[in-house]
Amino acid sequence: MTDMTSDSRARSSRAKGLSTKFAVHAVLAGYTLIAIFPVILVVLNSFKNRRGIFTDPLGIPAGETFSMEGYATVLTEGDFLTYFSNSLIVTVSSLFLILLLGAMAAHALAEYRFRLNTFIGIYLILGIMVPIRLGTVAILELMVDLNLVNTLLALILVYTASGLPVAVFILTEFMRTLSRDIKDCARVDGLSEYRIFFEVVVPLIRPVLATVAVFSMIPIWNDLWFPLILASGDATKTVTLGVQQFIGQYTVNWSAVLASLSIAILPVLGLYALFSRQLIAGITSGAVKG
Amino acid sequence: MAQVTLNKVRKVYPNGAEALEPSTFTIPDGELCVLVGPSGCGKSTMLRMVAGLEDVTEGEISIGDRVVNDIDPADRNIAMVFQNYALYPHMTVARNMGYGLKNRGMDKGQIAEKVREAAQMLNLTEFLDRKPSQLSGGQRQRVAMGRAIVREPDLFLFDEPLSNLDAKLRNQMRIEIRALQRRLGTTAMYVTHDQVEAMTMADRIIVLSNGHIEQIGTPAEIYSNPASTFVAAFMGAPPMNLLNAEAGQGRVTLPGGEIVPQAGVNGHAGAVTVGIRPEDVMPSPQGDLTFNVDIIEELGAQRLLHGQMAGQAFSVAVPKDQEAATGEMRLALKPGAVHLFDADEGRRLG
Repeated sequence: MTDMTSDSRARSSRAKGLSTKFAVHAVLAGYTLIAIFPVILVVLNSFKNRRGIFTDPLGIPAGETFSMEGYATVLTEGDFLTYFSNSLIVTVSSLFLILLLGAMAAHALAEYRFRLNTFIGIYLILGIMVPIRLGTVAILELMVDLNLVNTLLALILVYTASGLPVAVFILTEFMRTLSRDIKDCARVDGLSEYRIFFEVVVPLIRPVLATVAVFSMIPIWNDLWFPLILASGDATKTVTLGVQQFIGQYTVNWSAVLASLSIAILPVLGLYALFSRQLIAGITSGAVKG
Repeated sequence: MAQVTLNKVRKVYPNGAEALEPSTFTIPDGELCVLVGPSGCGKSTMLRMVAGLEDVTEGEISIGDRVVNDIDPADRNIAMVFQNYALYPHMTVARNMGYGLKNRGMDKGQIAEKVREAAQMLNLTEFLDRKPSQLSGGQRQRVAMGRAIVREPDLFLFDEPLSNLDAKLRNQMRIEIRALQRRLGTTAMYVTHDQVEAMTMADRIIVLSNGHIEQIGTPAEIYSNPASTFVAAFMGAPPMNLLNAEAGQGRVTLPGGEIVPQAGVNGHAGAVTVGIRPEDVMPSPQGDLTFNVDIIEELGAQRLLHGQMAGQAFSVAVPKDQEAATGEMRLALKPGAVHLFDADEGRRLG
């Protein structure tokens, strides 16, 4: 009797579990569809000629609408290879600096007790609340004075500064959860404070570093504002800025714009794939005891 | 090999809290000394100061002939085993064990040799290529031990190394650690809050409470001659019974008017605390004391009788072959069963 009731209860909870699962997946699938639809549209239309884009924007490129003219324009006109390498250099360098400096600051804040510890922590995190764009004029003046206008270094410095607050915030919180014993153990083992950071702490926070990297990477790659203001010279253009040359005042070369955008997705996709394994580990690290 | 000496060592935290009152003692070469006390009593602080992980506010710590106050942890030639093992999760067992040696610039062949030796000693040979996450709690603890052994230190420091293990494993590791320390003959300081661990492992016990040393002695001394009511209640399971009583006219009287036999008063008069271990009394029809049994606890090898004596909580341990029933019974004392303490400060009298 009790067996039966517990059995039917198990069955009903299993059925309930199944329907919940279905609902969750439906919601997620719906969200994915909505999020990915514009991307698909961009990629689809990048393979069409101008007529194809406007007569049948949702259609699959085929027959006379299919054309590689967008890609051809992108690869021949303008210096897209330079733009891409500029974007990559800026993004990767900024990411590296954000992660390195952010992790070091977070380690110091979490590990050492010193006067003004809390104050410095709050000061470093304050940047989350103040959009860096508010300081554009001052930043431009500063870059002019430093002779950094139209250099990639200007962009790298600005992005590093704007990415640090969130990085410090997330990393500090995580570093506080690291066991003190393991660092003390390293001290007894004879490691210097720098080697403790690089050889013990950094390997332990790798998943979180990947999370921070992904969060910081996208806005840097996609930014139009600072490249336009600080580095609009032809040699220092980034991809997002380079695309603008196809958007004229009177005519827009849509095939070229969409083709360059499609290409621009690839490098971020690659970087994301690089971080994603660690990212998933980071998201689930609290749930699954390692 | 080295002896450890603390000379008036004191620890005050920046917020003014005194974690450790000035403490002085010496641990002779090769002894295993257990620091025991409830949490927050300063035992871990003391250990961390010896390790060099915590600054010394006042006083001097020496390991061997060297005053180590201003020497880095790495240069004190100590090895420490931590409560949560503190293994490097991204390194294999072998690398974990050899890491400290590598940092001292020892060559690879020598490190491998030492690691292999230690692994053999600890039955870890087959796990050398695994990561710590693939090991059980007991195995991780062994790796932490191995890491300490390969260093061949002057001094082992154990910071509650067994408290993350289950009871059965803890008993087994206790014996292993003890045997290992004996075999290596290395001086060791061992922090625990578990009085059973302290009693079973120690050559010498230091009982701490609220930042001061209550008593230093061998397990037998601590058990049979507790220096204060704190030590009496903390060491031994079940704990010593403590009864409020009155001393005067050369004898000690319980509140009900019964006279406690054997109690030497030494001219002390007024309120006292009488301490009697549960295993130092036996039921006897001719006994001097009345005991009301409320509850009987079966522990297998013995029975614990909990009840009242002179209106105060009292426990008696009897062997398993002795019958027991709830209700009133008479108790007789074994020789030397009565301990007398000052009622206010808890200090031992006489």
